Amino acid sequence: MQVTRSIPRKLSACRLIHNHHILRSSGPAGRTTSFGFRTVPEESKESLVKGVFDSVASKYDLMNDASSLGVHRLWKDSFVDTLKPGRKGPLRCIDVAGGTGDIALRILDHARENYADRETTVDIVDINAQMLKEGFMRFKKTMYHNTPQVSFHEANAQELTASQFKNDSYDLYTIAFGIRNCTSVPAVLSEAYRVLKPGATFACLEFSKVNNSLLSTLYDQYSFTVIPLLGTILAGDRNSYQYLVESIRKFPSQPDFAQMIRDAGFSTGGDFDGGAWTELWGGIASIHTGVKI
Amino acid sequence: MSVICTSFPPIIRVGAHSLMKPMYSSYHKTLNHRWNSVINTSQARSFVALAASPRSSSYATNGKSRSVYTNLRLKPQPAYPGHIPLTPFENGVLAVGSALMSLIDTRRADMVAACGETTAGPTLVKLRDTMLESPEGRRILKEMPRINSQTLDWEKLRSLPENTFGRAYVRWLDACKVTPDSREPVHYIDDPELAYVMQRYRETHDLYHALFGLKVSALPELALKAFEFTNLGFPMTALSLGASIRLKSPQRARLWGEFIPWAARCGSHARCLLTVYWEERWGQDLDEMKKEFGVWDPPAGITIPRPSRIDLP
Repeated sequence: MQVTRSIPRKLSACRLIHNHHILRSSGPAGRTTSFGFRTVPEESKESLVKGVFDSVASKYDLMNDASSLGVHRLWKDSFVDTLKPGRKGPLRCIDVAGGTGDIALRILDHARENYADRETTVDIVDINAQMLKEGFMRFKKTMYHNTPQVSFHEANAQELTASQFKNDSYDLYTIAFGIRNCTSVPAVLSEAYRVLKPGATFACLEFSKVNNSLLSTLYDQYSFTVIPLLGTILAGDRNSYQYLVESIRKFPSQPDFAQMIRDAGFSTGGDFDGGAWTELWGGIASIHTGVKI
Repeated sequence: MSVICTSFPPIIRVGAHSLMKPMYSSYHKTLNHRWNSVINTSQARSFVALAASPRSSSYATNGKSRSVYTNLRLKPQPAYPGHIPLTPFENGVLAVGSALMSLIDTRRADMVAACGETTAGPTLVKLRDTMLESPEGRRILKEMPRINSQTLDWEKLRSLPENTFGRAYVRWLDACKVTPDSREPVHYIDDPELAYVMQRYRETHDLYHALFGLKVSALPELALKAFEFTNLGFPMTALSLGASIRLKSPQRARLWGEFIPWAARCGSHARCLLTVYWEERWGQDLDEMKKEFGVWDPPAGITIPRPSRIDLP
């Protein structure tokens, strides 16, 4: 598969110790980060992830439905319902790593249906052009196509161009199931801090650590057995889905990620379920929120 | 042996093992000798050399290795490049899923391949033993030749006389606009030698097309699958006949009425075609070859036209 072929041969000479909670470290080959359970040079993670998403883009929605048995829709509904966009007037939202437009669509629909709000806008940002294309096609089937309410931008969440994404310009920053694919999570968080207005909300929906050991065992078995097989059968791509389930295991736990959000300057709730984060389905996914003071 | 161990419940495993033991003990004595003689052949290196050396160390230095996450007791380490070890449960899920997916989307060649590998079971062992029983088959297992566009000498094949097998193969490739490079590599067979037998089957499938001059559309493909079932025995080839429900009625009637009877009779009468060392026979006359193997042409309607007299020199 193209994902494995792009790793340089000298990688096999690096001898690094895996630590599930440390995403980035220095070794004899320079700065490295995790790509699933593999350790790769930092510079190559972005292109490896690009390879994964180029390959999964066309079947992304089908695979989400198949691997989560449709539950991801409930999680995303929960996510947007928690945020209640439009309750206090029209918002300027930015949805990062939002390629296929699931969250953006829900934000616009929530504002329209609950608050008759047609002035809320969402800027969908994604580093991968294929995913943005899928999102654009999905939006073409809705009433938001060709309106100022939605726009699509190809940009890197770690370095949003300052001229296009000005400081203190957004009321809501959302990132759903995207932050674990970024090479440097702190960089994403500080960019989020920069573009949000004071008083604005940062919200992140992401897979997290399951603390219940029975559920965790079942979830691991399902992730590592069924999901790569579904990837093989439905999408003809085992490696990309193997990467996706491994990257979930490498992401920091809920308290660690809450601390990273605080380190970027946000103010969060306490370090417990219901405070800085809300667990969904026993911790399979969590919604982390923070406010820029 | 590992195929039996992973696919069957304990009681059948013990029975099968005791039946197979006489075959295996004499076979394993010759195995070491064959591994040693094979390692230096450049073509064989990719399959055999990795398996002959201790698996964990030689594979760990290969940058493509991937750690196996769950249930390490049931899953062996990858034994060759591209090997994806599966637990029995995963094997079953993939067998069912790939069979359904090949039916839904017949263009998914990777699903047909996966179905073949996950349902192969003892067929590959039987085929490997059949190959060992013939001198030509033994040569194939020793040298492990591969068929792709790098290993074929196109100039030589095109220059062969008209009624030779090599020329017929090139003519078939041109007529059907296919290349020998489109075959999915083997992923789900645990034993490297059996994986080679599977790979050889996949690569010689096109040669069976060329032998009869069969086209590549649905009807001839199903007829050839029926032939392969009676000749080689893969369960997937029989399962694939289920795809005949996707044919239109008249075509389906012709398939079951004319072509499958031909395939069944021809396939069971012929010698096992996996024992044929095709690379040594490019210059052999086509009709003489068919008589040697004990095959005959299918009924009209699914073959490419034979070169007319004016094309012959």
